Amino acid sequence: MDILTQQLFNGLTIGSVYSLVALGLTLVYGILHIPNFAHGALYMLGAYITLTMMLLWGIHYWIAMAVSVLVVGLLGVLMDRLVFHPLRNAPPIHDKIAAIGMLLFLEAFAQLIWGADYRTMTTPYGQVINLFGTTATMQRVLINIGAIAVMILLYLFLKKTYIGSTIIAMAQNREGAHLVGINTNKVAMLTFMISGGLAAIAASLSAPINLVFPGMGHLVILKAFVIIILGGMGSIPGAILGGYILGFTESLGATYISNDYKDLIAFLLLVIILSIRPKGLFSREGF
Amino acid sequence: MGAYLKKKGWIIGFILLAVVFPFLSQNDYFLHVLTLAFIWMIAVYGLNLLAGYTGYLSLAHAGFFAIGAYALGLLTVKAGLNYWVALALACVITSAIGFVVGLVALRTREHFFAIYTLCVGYIIYLVIDKWDSLTGGVRGLIGIPAPTAIGPISFETPLSQYYLILFFLLATILVMYRIVHSLTGRTFIAIRNSEDLAQTIGISTMKNKLLVFVLSTFFAGLAGALYASFIRFIGPDIGYITVIFDFLTYLLVGGLGTLAGPIVGTFLIVSVSQSLQFLQDYRMLIFGPLLTLLIIFYPRGIAGAYLDFRMKRQARKKKAVPSKQTSYVQQSQEDEEKRVKEG
Repeated sequence: MDILTQQLFNGLTIGSVYSLVALGLTLVYGILHIPNFAHGALYMLGAYITLTMMLLWGIHYWIAMAVSVLVVGLLGVLMDRLVFHPLRNAPPIHDKIAAIGMLLFLEAFAQLIWGADYRTMTTPYGQVINLFGTTATMQRVLINIGAIAVMILLYLFLKKTYIGSTIIAMAQNREGAHLVGINTNKVAMLTFMISGGLAAIAASLSAPINLVFPGMGHLVILKAFVIIILGGMGSIPGAILGGYILGFTESLGATYISNDYKDLIAFLLLVIILSIRPKGLFSREGF
Repeated sequence: MGAYLKKKGWIIGFILLAVVFPFLSQNDYFLHVLTLAFIWMIAVYGLNLLAGYTGYLSLAHAGFFAIGAYALGLLTVKAGLNYWVALALACVITSAIGFVVGLVALRTREHFFAIYTLCVGYIIYLVIDKWDSLTGGVRGLIGIPAPTAIGPISFETPLSQYYLILFFLLATILVMYRIVHSLTGRTFIAIRNSEDLAQTIGISTMKNKLLVFVLSTFFAGLAGALYASFIRFIGPDIGYITVIFDFLTYLLVGGLGTLAGPIVGTFLIVSVSQSLQFLQDYRMLIFGPLLTLLIIFYPRGIAGAYLDFRMKRQARKKKAVPSKQTSYVQQSQEDEEKRVKEG
């Protein structure tokens, strides 16, 4: 029983991180219909920037994270302007290849600047606390609280603000949004900004319990793709739900089935889903 | 005959150059690199048939390459089969797995297909990496034998291996040429251009897509098997996603959906990366943006850009000397008009 609650808590933590990454991915997919393979690289850069800020200038964890969100968000905007915007009328295969090109570049770039070795990020919240009979580090609790706070903020932004509703409008119908006077280019840039920011938050939150290295985005991005297919491409509640489903499945699978094959679970899940429903579980447009 | 020679001159020139190369350069290292490039070319041809001609971007091909390599390795090392039997079986096994994967994967389209195959590729990698008792896990598979001799011809020296792999490459190119210029090839292109339209005019898209997927995995498996017997050591790394990104770079630089593309791209990138050895880990700093810029400005790569250039030049020529180019039908029409005017 004790193991079960511990694993459920672990699943919640992993699920929070997955959800945040998948949210950024699904936002971009909803607006521009691009599967952004470079999103994993943004995630990786987010962790590195936070780490550098903390080590180099000794900035506090939260401020370092804010800087990282800003930098990665702007990088996302830059990517949209330089790569995806010129390709907006190209066949779909081109977007994917361009995104893969960006992924390769950013990874090599990180390796050039920070080296290929694994690094650990120290957190000011390393103390162990006791929570309903299970022990957890403060950082893990923070991941859960932080992720949920960000999700609520994002939801309020999208549903309650004017700018947020332009994003939803564009996801529902690009031409229609254009017709009522929404500047679709600006909305696309804003979406990339949010998407990059979410990746940076997820990475900075989870970096202290994982390791930081150039290839750290590979598995996460692959799983984020599994999640958005699980939850329906472009659907925000789907991404959150899918993230937690995968998080729980993985942590329980690692304990009760096999730790070696725990990464396989996500991909098998996807293969099964797509075999039965080729367009994803909840295929519907918009949010 | 002259026009035929002119048209085929490139191909004959390439074959001659490849055949004479070992006599021009006695450097064993160059021979090794070139042989490896030939193996990549075979795999890239397989990918080209699927991604370039049918428009389905498969990211699982590194996995199929690894399946081919491991099938040969296991059949020769653990089962002790004859090399040629193992080679044939490796191709058959890869195609069979490709058939099963394709049966499911091809129900999906576009982004879903890319993501699905990416995951399949990753599963293949993970299985190879974790299935310690069969594949040797991270330690890899050591001691794969070189091809056994056929009669008096043995394949122990690097030179003979070079010719053996060149033979397989030429056979691949020939098969590709025949496929692309056949009705089947046209069918693939029709599917690429519009799957709905292809279905409307009575093409069984699923059957054709499955055919192209199996063909494409066959060549990936062949390349993998040749790689295993050439390098004699394989590890799970050959199935990792970076390998498929390499294939994609070769294909895109050369030209997606062109016959010369895989040769041009692979040769160029392999030789450039050899001269940029010091950049080994950082070569993606150059190739990443290159890939992106190419897809924005020259989506059909070097071979595609050359074909476009030639087509434009021909169009200009046609405009400049219209009398030479008019067909019989047009000429007779013009004559008719003249007669009407005169009459």
